[in-house]
Amino acid sequence: MAKRTLRVGYPGNYREIEVDSPDAEPAPWDADSKLAVVGKRSPRLEGADKVTGKAKYTADVKLQGMLVARVLRSPYARATARSIGLAKALKMPGVKAAIEVEKEARYHGQAIAAVAAETEAQAEDAVAAIEVDWAVGEHVVDVEAARKPNAPRVHGGKNPNERGGEAQNTATEEACVTALKKSHATVDITFTTPVVTHSCLESHGSVARWESDGSLTVWDSTQSIFGVRDGLARGFQLPAEKVRVVKEHMGGGFGSKLGMGQHSMIAARLAREAKAPVKLMLTRKEEHLAGGNRPSSVQRVRAGADKDGKLTCLWLQSHGTGGINGGANCAGPLMSLYNCPVRRLWHADVITNASPAAAFRAPGHVQGMFALESTMDELAGKLGLDPIEFRKRNDQNEMRQAEYGEGAKMAGWEARAHLPNSGGRHKARGLGVSASIWGGGGAPGAQARCVISRDGAVEIQCGTQDIGTGTRTIIAMIAAEELGLKPEQVLVKLGDTTLPFSHGSGGSMTAPSVTPAVRAATAAARGRVFEACAKSLKADADNLTAKGGNVVAKGGASIPWAEACSKIAGANVSEQATRAQNFRGYKDGTAGCQFAEVEVDLETGHVQVLRVVAVHDCGRVVNPLLAESQINGGIIQGLSYALLEQRILDDATGRMMNANFSDYRIAGPKEIPEISVVLFDVSNGRTNTGVMGIGEPPIVPTPAAIANAVAHAIGKRITDLPITPDKILAALGKK
Amino acid sequence: MKNGEQRIEFTLNGDKTSVTFPTFKTLLEVLREELNLTGTKHGCELGECGACAVLVDGKPVLSCLMLAVEADGTKVTTVEGLADDARLHPLQEAFADCGAAQCGYCTPGFLCTAKALLDKKPDANRREISEALAGNICRCTGYIQIFEAVEQAAAKMAVKK
Repeated sequence: MAKRTLRVGYPGNYREIEVDSPDAEPAPWDADSKLAVVGKRSPRLEGADKVTGKAKYTADVKLQGMLVARVLRSPYARATARSIGLAKALKMPGVKAAIEVEKEARYHGQAIAAVAAETEAQAEDAVAAIEVDWAVGEHVVDVEAARKPNAPRVHGGKNPNERGGEAQNTATEEACVTALKKSHATVDITFTTPVVTHSCLESHGSVARWESDGSLTVWDSTQSIFGVRDGLARGFQLPAEKVRVVKEHMGGGFGSKLGMGQHSMIAARLAREAKAPVKLMLTRKEEHLAGGNRPSSVQRVRAGADKDGKLTCLWLQSHGTGGINGGANCAGPLMSLYNCPVRRLWHADVITNASPAAAFRAPGHVQGMFALESTMDELAGKLGLDPIEFRKRNDQNEMRQAEYGEGAKMAGWEARAHLPNSGGRHKARGLGVSASIWGGGGAPGAQARCVISRDGAVEIQCGTQDIGTGTRTIIAMIAAEELGLKPEQVLVKLGDTTLPFSHGSGGSMTAPSVTPAVRAATAAARGRVFEACAKSLKADADNLTAKGGNVVAKGGASIPWAEACSKIAGANVSEQATRAQNFRGYKDGTAGCQFAEVEVDLETGHVQVLRVVAVHDCGRVVNPLLAESQINGGIIQGLSYALLEQRILDDATGRMMNANFSDYRIAGPKEIPEISVVLFDVSNGRTNTGVMGIGEPPIVPTPAAIANAVAHAIGKRITDLPITPDKILAALGKK
Repeated sequence: MKNGEQRIEFTLNGDKTSVTFPTFKTLLEVLREELNLTGTKHGCELGECGACAVLVDGKPVLSCLMLAVEADGTKVTTVEGLADDARLHPLQEAFADCGAAQCGYCTPGFLCTAKALLDKKPDANRREISEALAGNICRCTGYIQIFEAVEQAAAKMAVKK
């Protein structure tokens, strides 16, 4: 390990720290690094492919002799298939394979059987011909009904539907009651949030082909090619290297495509049975029924503060349902954001007969932040404190403290008091704020290889995946920075498990995990080029740099990049690097805050978000164009969650009533506010690039900021998401 | 032609084209499956998301809701036909430059819908743009960069004229 001194912090607040970085790695970038490529707005490298229709998604893969699969799904929320008759289906025209998937149906939409046929229409007809002898059981889809002692047990037998309880290292109830009694101001509010679906535009899907040597190739719309590979290898008891997973482009994931989905296994099983490649893409309805979702929450928050505006107690009692899965915990923000001497968490996952939850952009944090930051505004009101001032008194994160200042200026916070009456007749305006918090520091283990050829061509090979976020582009930018080239001069190969390993793209981990490996591999390969061309420059390899398309010696002599590479002995140089552990740098997580200004129509109850100001940090910003795009997108998903989205299950039948885009509305062009993004550039000294993730942070504060703005506008707090017109009118006593 | 099949002749991206297909197929299916033009995307197949939008006689049409037989004799433009040979349409250029294509899956539908708007109203303002694009869903970008791209393309096209 080499000791290196780095300047870390943010503009106006820098300090020097010493870090241990691996000897083989280039010196970490810090606040003093002058970079030519990294940090510049740079359009996506694959932009031309995406605007001409050339970009190939899993849905576009077409193979010789490829069959199309369709899935029979349970029409019941709870039923057992006594038998699944495939004989009739197998005799239908064009049908090449039919398989049983599962006899126990625990939710509406669970896969029961599947068919592969020459055409989609044939496969659909064959699915309709599958004969199932159903024994329909009792179901429960309502979260409160499922908690009752006499509720049907979702997983049968003695397994309770409610799982969880008191968290470890948490204050006792007595301690909370005492703290609240001593408090100057207290609140006790119950917040509820709905189940929402990811609604990626490209559905989940796979194309599976068995090769003549018994290996399996799968094209998959996935956030984790290695996760799918390992899942399939386990499923078919194959060595991992016998399974290859490929994904060039994908149409959105947001967490729902992490790890292997059941459809991948079904496609591969059908392909083996039919001895032909099989494509299985889920329909929009299947996507809503079985493509994953964000769990619901019921959060009772009891909180107190003293007369100095310091929190005295945060007590969360919560439950929620992720269907037949758990994963409804949303205590993250409440347990970590603010200083508070007494903190208690009691949480239970409630199992219901509904489709399993999946990670969804900042799992738990979106629900939790809505409750916590609504609570903070209510407490601030009781204390007679400005909401930002109250937050600052309880927040020790200096970055967020500074971010509040920037955001407040841009959002016009000072003039906030006049807003509610400024909307004109029948309209009220409001301005709300919320903090953000997330990790996003990345993980060790990601690998990258840099191959530099004698003709000067540069290729980065990295088994990560670009899920639309721009990973391909930032990899090229990092390599171009090291080599003094332009990003277009770097060919990036990713999305294939034959490339060096990388993690799944979730948890805002991709950029912080991959960029240090890319930089280290590129620096090592560059070193080999320097060794090869040092003689021609009459200089030591150690005294060479690469910049402006040249290799330059300390004395000033230089040769063009391609000429330098022509000195390589053999066809190329190739260096691989593995991403190291994070150094003990400046800050671990990301902060951030958002401001939302809304206009509420007091006659119709309609809420229009007029403007969002978003202040976020993500370490070193590699490409502001891409980072802003992530922030805009996160905000609009948050807006959609706050105002529009909710999965509706019918208690009586257990079926989803709005499995489409007309009845399950997501934000469209007309809901879009003006958005102002402030990227807070932080030198964090945690890796050789100092990059952090920005995928999740921007969705975390949006619903809370909108809810606080609505409360500011109408003087009533809506505690149940989504904030629909009927709830506004009810709050105003008009319904 | 087999029983249950249909043949149509139409102008596809400027070229006279004839194609034979099972009669029940939608224009979206015929474009993707029979003509290998996979730029146009499946999103919902209920006319709710706009991913499959193409231009039929210059008007934006959801190709998942139009039977291919109805396209007989029409002029159809898909995302593959927007560029003038190798020269991208100003909308395509602007979508790439502004980062309006994130995952890119909804992009072909947005491009076709936006082209119909600018052909009719080259000086469309932000409100008119969001109105025209209201039938298209994007789950990634947050739309802002899409609006900016349409505005940038409109400005570029105005200068050219």
